[in-house]
Amino acid sequence: MNKLTPNDFASNLPVKWCPGCGDFAILTSVKKAMAEIGLPHEKYVVVSGIGCSSRFPYYVNTYGYHTIHGRAIPIATGVKLSNPDLMVFVVTGDGDAMSIGGNHLMHGIRRNIGLKVLMFNNRIYALTKGQASPTTQKGSKTKTTPAGNNDYSFNPIALAVSLGSPFVARSMDSDLNSTSSIIVEASKNEGFAFVEIIQKCVVFTDKEFDIFKNPETKDEVSLKIENGKPMIFGKNKNKAVVIEKSGPKIVEFDPTNPPSNLTVYDSSDINMARIVSSLTPPDFPLPFGIFLKVEKKSYENMYYEEANKDIDGIDVLLGENSYEIN
Amino acid sequence: MNKNNNKKVNIKKKNLTVVRFAGDSGDGIQLVGSQFANATAISGNVLSTLPDYPAEIRAPQGSLGGVSGFQVAFGDDSVKNPGGKADFLVVMNPAALKVNLKYLDKGSIIIANSGNFTEENLKKAGYEKNPLEDGSLSNYRVISIDANHLVEEALKDSGLSRTEILKTKNFLMLGILYWMFDLPIEVTVKWIEEKFSKKPVIMEANKKVLFAGYNYAENTEIFDAKYKIEKGNLTKGTYHNITGNEAVCYALIAAAKKLGRKCFYGSYPITPASEILHTFAKLRKRDVVVFQAEDEIAAVCSSIGAAFAGCLASTGTSGPGLALKVEALGLAVISELPLVIVDVQRGGPSTGLPTKTEQSDLFLSVFGRHGDSPLVVMAATSPSDCFDTVYEASRIAVKYMTPVIVLTSAYIAQGSEPFRIPSDKELKSFEYMTLPEPENFKPYMRNNETLSRPWAYPPLKGYEHRIGGLEKSNIEGNVSYDPDNHQIMTDIRKEKINRIAGEIPPIQIHGDKNSDLLIVGWGSTYGAITSAVSKAVANGMKAASINIKYLNPLPNDLEDILKSYKKVVVVEENTGQFAYMLRANYLLDVVSKTKVTGQPYTTEEVYSIIESEIKKF
Repeated sequence: MNKLTPNDFASNLPVKWCPGCGDFAILTSVKKAMAEIGLPHEKYVVVSGIGCSSRFPYYVNTYGYHTIHGRAIPIATGVKLSNPDLMVFVVTGDGDAMSIGGNHLMHGIRRNIGLKVLMFNNRIYALTKGQASPTTQKGSKTKTTPAGNNDYSFNPIALAVSLGSPFVARSMDSDLNSTSSIIVEASKNEGFAFVEIIQKCVVFTDKEFDIFKNPETKDEVSLKIENGKPMIFGKNKNKAVVIEKSGPKIVEFDPTNPPSNLTVYDSSDINMARIVSSLTPPDFPLPFGIFLKVEKKSYENMYYEEANKDIDGIDVLLGENSYEIN
Repeated sequence: MNKNNNKKVNIKKKNLTVVRFAGDSGDGIQLVGSQFANATAISGNVLSTLPDYPAEIRAPQGSLGGVSGFQVAFGDDSVKNPGGKADFLVVMNPAALKVNLKYLDKGSIIIANSGNFTEENLKKAGYEKNPLEDGSLSNYRVISIDANHLVEEALKDSGLSRTEILKTKNFLMLGILYWMFDLPIEVTVKWIEEKFSKKPVIMEANKKVLFAGYNYAENTEIFDAKYKIEKGNLTKGTYHNITGNEAVCYALIAAAKKLGRKCFYGSYPITPASEILHTFAKLRKRDVVVFQAEDEIAAVCSSIGAAFAGCLASTGTSGPGLALKVEALGLAVISELPLVIVDVQRGGPSTGLPTKTEQSDLFLSVFGRHGDSPLVVMAATSPSDCFDTVYEASRIAVKYMTPVIVLTSAYIAQGSEPFRIPSDKELKSFEYMTLPEPENFKPYMRNNETLSRPWAYPPLKGYEHRIGGLEKSNIEGNVSYDPDNHQIMTDIRKEKINRIAGEIPPIQIHGDKNSDLLIVGWGSTYGAITSAVSKAVANGMKAASINIKYLNPLPNDLEDILKSYKKVVVVEENTGQFAYMLRANYLLDVVSKTKVTGQPYTTEEVYSIIESEIKKF
């Protein structure tokens, strides 16, 4: 069989997101990742909940299930546990995964079921036309927070790290290569994977992420973390996040002569992931990349190692404490 | 065993008898009750049991609220339910006596552990004087045994503490009963040996006490009668004394085996359905996937996912859990995936009476979803019928690609009766739509006869498709907001369920078919209603009864049957839900008789309904 290309994963349905929506870019990244992972169509299952992002399964030519609000993770858990050979993606949003489905996210991670969760974070309930979500920033004006949002917002990455997900990463919708390579990495790691993809909503949060995309500002407010490399950022690559005993801090230096003792990021170090995942603007740049990638046995693998035989018929099962009537 | 050859023993014969055990919830009442039930089963009796215990794990000792009961009716084929009043009451303390005296008729026998009738315990039960001694029980035959003293004597050299010794007294009482009813003691001996294999001292102590009870009854003059209870006329075969909850589990496994798919059970702990999950948990295998979810919603959702992935998937719950599953059931309906949902009904609303029985989830099951969202609702009549009903529910779910709710109730879920283990040949085969070639496959194409859609699942190559909770276009299965299409799809979903009525076997009419009075029941009232009608007919009254297993869709022959009787009386354990449905469906003025005490209808109660309704003619 010829190697499948990203286009082979396109379904024949018209994609119905708003023109300019960040979801188009993510769709391209996912199709690219699917081609690269290299499994045939029928081995992929995409399960989604409710929201703009959750229309996703209709647009990829695999098995797909567009379910109900917040419940994609338990439904996908049933799929994965039924057949661990399937590559099961969950496509969800910040409202779907962090709010109504928060309990399932928490327990999916606790069990370490081998789902690859792609959470599109546009910081708004977009499909229902603009209400505040659990990731809406403090002070933001939305239809339900006309005077500015009073709620504190979730940091999805810090949440996933603290719950024990063995793979945690953040990407930006417009960064197609990074998104698809993160998804490929996620697919290779045993157990749960949590990938936050920051996504522009062209209608409600159109300008929200410009600061991370504008060539003038993006390098000042974002940090690309890479395993084995110092956490250098800034337009002139003259700054780095270092972790000292007192906590994380930013150091500035002459980029032609960077100090040799900069903290090197280690994506297998959970303590480092805890610290770096908590970094947010305005005090720190927003980190992107793979925060955590560790080995952790998955729920389904543990299940089938224990339950490695087929069951006997009920005559055998019930026979043990049976009696004869003649 | 020692024989007291001088003792004169009367042998009394009975067709059936009812024994009730009662004591503190920590006294091991459920344990001796079920051991006793197993012994009657192995002797060839037909039997039916009713556990009756408080919601608290350990209610205050000696208190009225902490009394746990276990009733066993056993005998010949006339045993259809655990019986109303008990002929024998075994009580471990004053509170148990006080709570259970209402379950006794005059002349019944009380076997009491007088050792626990201390001043303190009497006070806790609200007795001013000791009822065993003050003559207040003169309408009954009271046999007082100081079981505390007897076990202390029997185990004085065991090295066990007093607390440990007193814990064995339930086995002393059991030994006495084994003598009285001439039941095989070996089964319990074997059980003790297995249960306490790692605690040899406790094992020996329990065995010793069991035999001590038996010998005590054999040797003392206070036990002057033995009871010979008739055996049942059971079909030849291998039997297992099974509870309704166990039967649910075994039926789902048997169905999945027959279908040749994995069995998936996703559930969340809830009384009184947890034993289904416990039974499954012990049987976890490659092809029996058992999943304890984080909540009721995740439980049903995991099962829907498993159904999408091609498993015979199921979930079990009780009322509060079914309420939480409702939205997901709508998804299962529109996705047209096979799914079995077992609801072990308990007293409601809200937390209600978690350990007590009721039939009040009928409306929730039939109507309780948003939108027009029809699915199949069935009800089991008895512990062993839970097997047949759940197996049939699985078959219908797969054949018609639909969720099926099976209603059981606390009473039959926890009660037990002999179950003949069916051979593979006796189990009905599964039918489903053959998948067409991939190029001809459409997710919502339909079988003309059943209106069922094909069940293609990952990783079947070439059948990749996308479905979901949004309305589907007919045949193609793509998202559709087309007004005409929604009408078509709603009509198809309804018609598909209606056609299942064609699967329903003819209704069996019990009793006098030429009578004017028809008693209608559904589900777990079957035993009480059937026995009451038999008794009424035997006493010269004209009455008939039917039990409705299929509650949605209703059987095609139901309307004609109902309309052929002058008076139709619906007996159910809610405030009239099925009566409401019959009135609505058939414009028929049925009489509604109901009860919601947390206790199942007894034969006597239904009998008195029949008596009074006949008088009104």
